Amino acid sequence: MKLNYRLYRKAKNIMFLILTLGSALAVLIPLFMIIQFVMVQGASSLSLDFFTELPKPVGEIGGGMKHAILGTICLVILGAAIAVPIGVTCGIYLSEFRKSRLSKNLKLSVDLMSGIPSIVIGIFAYLMVVVPLKSFSALAGGIALSIIMLPIIIKTSEEILKLVPDHIREAGLALGLPRWKVILFVVLKGEISNLLTGIILAISRAAGETAPLLFTAFGNMYISYGLNQPMASLPVQIYTYAISPYKEWQKQAWAGAFVLMVLILSMNLFARYILTKIKDKKGIS
Amino acid sequence: MVKLKSKTQDALLFYILRTIAVVVIAILLGIIFVLLHSAWPAIKSNGLSFLLRKEWNPVEDRYGALPFIFGTLVTSFIALLIATPVSILIALFITEYLPKSFARIISLLVEMVAAIPSIVFGLWGIFYLAPFVKNTLAPFLKLHFGFIPLFQGPSFGIGILTAALILSIMIVPTISSICRSIFELVPAHQKEASYALGSTKFEMIKLAIISPSLSGISSAVVLGLGRALGETMAVTMLIGNSPIISTSIFAPAATMASVMANEYADANTPLHISSLCYLALILFLVTFLSNLFAKTIVKSFSRG
Repeated sequence: MKLNYRLYRKAKNIMFLILTLGSALAVLIPLFMIIQFVMVQGASSLSLDFFTELPKPVGEIGGGMKHAILGTICLVILGAAIAVPIGVTCGIYLSEFRKSRLSKNLKLSVDLMSGIPSIVIGIFAYLMVVVPLKSFSALAGGIALSIIMLPIIIKTSEEILKLVPDHIREAGLALGLPRWKVILFVVLKGEISNLLTGIILAISRAAGETAPLLFTAFGNMYISYGLNQPMASLPVQIYTYAISPYKEWQKQAWAGAFVLMVLILSMNLFARYILTKIKDKKGIS
Repeated sequence: MVKLKSKTQDALLFYILRTIAVVVIAILLGIIFVLLHSAWPAIKSNGLSFLLRKEWNPVEDRYGALPFIFGTLVTSFIALLIATPVSILIALFITEYLPKSFARIISLLVEMVAAIPSIVFGLWGIFYLAPFVKNTLAPFLKLHFGFIPLFQGPSFGIGILTAALILSIMIVPTISSICRSIFELVPAHQKEASYALGSTKFEMIKLAIISPSLSGISSAVVLGLGRALGETMAVTMLIGNSPIISTSIFAPAATMASVMANEYADANTPLHISSLCYLALILFLVTFLSNLFAKTIVKSFSRG
């Protein structure tokens, strides 16, 4: 009886180990399947034309997504141009004034902002920009992306700037520098390259977003640089092609997904690698 | 004199910093205000009965949100049902079973799932998961559990179950990364005390890790819920987008986010646009409140 009970406990223990192992596999297998699927399908549909050609009408072989790649780059740069200055400034505020009431409210707002569904951000940008200007525009897409990037940039810059030890600030103050000089030329200047990782992280997130662009930048089939015109983007183009019934278009969607995945995952992994290295160096795991 | 000057410079910088901080808070409040403003015609004409009406008919300009609320809740609920145990187990696997160097790789891989764009999940869902559900999973479920109404009816591949499955994969990183940070807070002496009483590893995990972390785990689940409720593209591509309420989990449905993605660009009557904004407002408030709820739990947890 006693032996049986011990066996029962041991069996339960082993069962649990198997369960945890199984659940790890349950997530890793889909991950590898997605990566493998996109690699195989995408690489087989990918050619040089994909980067250099515009889309061709249904039925014609070939064509590419040059306009969408350029569009995504434009939109992301536009979003970053809005989000980076605001985001880094907020990061500075949060790291320098940790105890103020405003900084607590700001932190809560940032947390809540990162939880807003991206489609709702799209509708917000539509109502704010597309409705007054009466046309879909790259500007609206850029603004929508900037709202998505903002919380990420604020959070990472706050984290990075908080890691700057206080004695560095105090050293600056002891030399008689005013605080604004300490903040801008001692704290910020030393961390600029690290702040870039937060920005890369935000860009990698924004580059993959589809929902906020659906009715802001909207998309088109040719190259355009006008801020007040619709602009194509890789995710929206993939979406349009993926739900179309045409085989060639679906193949293009796979090629697009491949390019997007390589772009995003490499940026994301690079930024994460640098961030963990920074934290290791500063002695915080 | 010099001192005074640098003081005003300081004050200027602080003023700028504070202004930008206020601007960011204002953006959040602005989103609420703008949505409320555009949803106002629909709120005025339908009121709260909007939430309970079954009909969504753009042709006759009559709108009710119930099918979308149903679709959103059902897919998110099934996704949580699958993702919660899996995420907790993964978090335990990483913190308790793996050596540190290996744990880093696995947690990096799990977080990579969160980095994959939702459009790629959708694409994979259409071309792999939907056929898998149609040809393998649905027949299997029907054969063994067909007596339950949930598992009856034809499966076309795309539908509630497929959307919920993709959602569950997508929210695992959210839940498991929070669980992991909570489990890491458990002090070593607590675990050792449990071992000293002679417990097996499983019993130690149950007593020393899971039970004191329950409130933290629940906040992780609520955050995962927030993510699932608002997920748009992958669900839009996989749910079938028909505003019906049915008992079968193989049937197509629509969520609040998916109907917005599908109809917003083509909406032309003012009431249609306004009703979609009403839906956006509801979705915003629900995710807002669930995130707020989760954040307050996490806060009280890290303080305690």
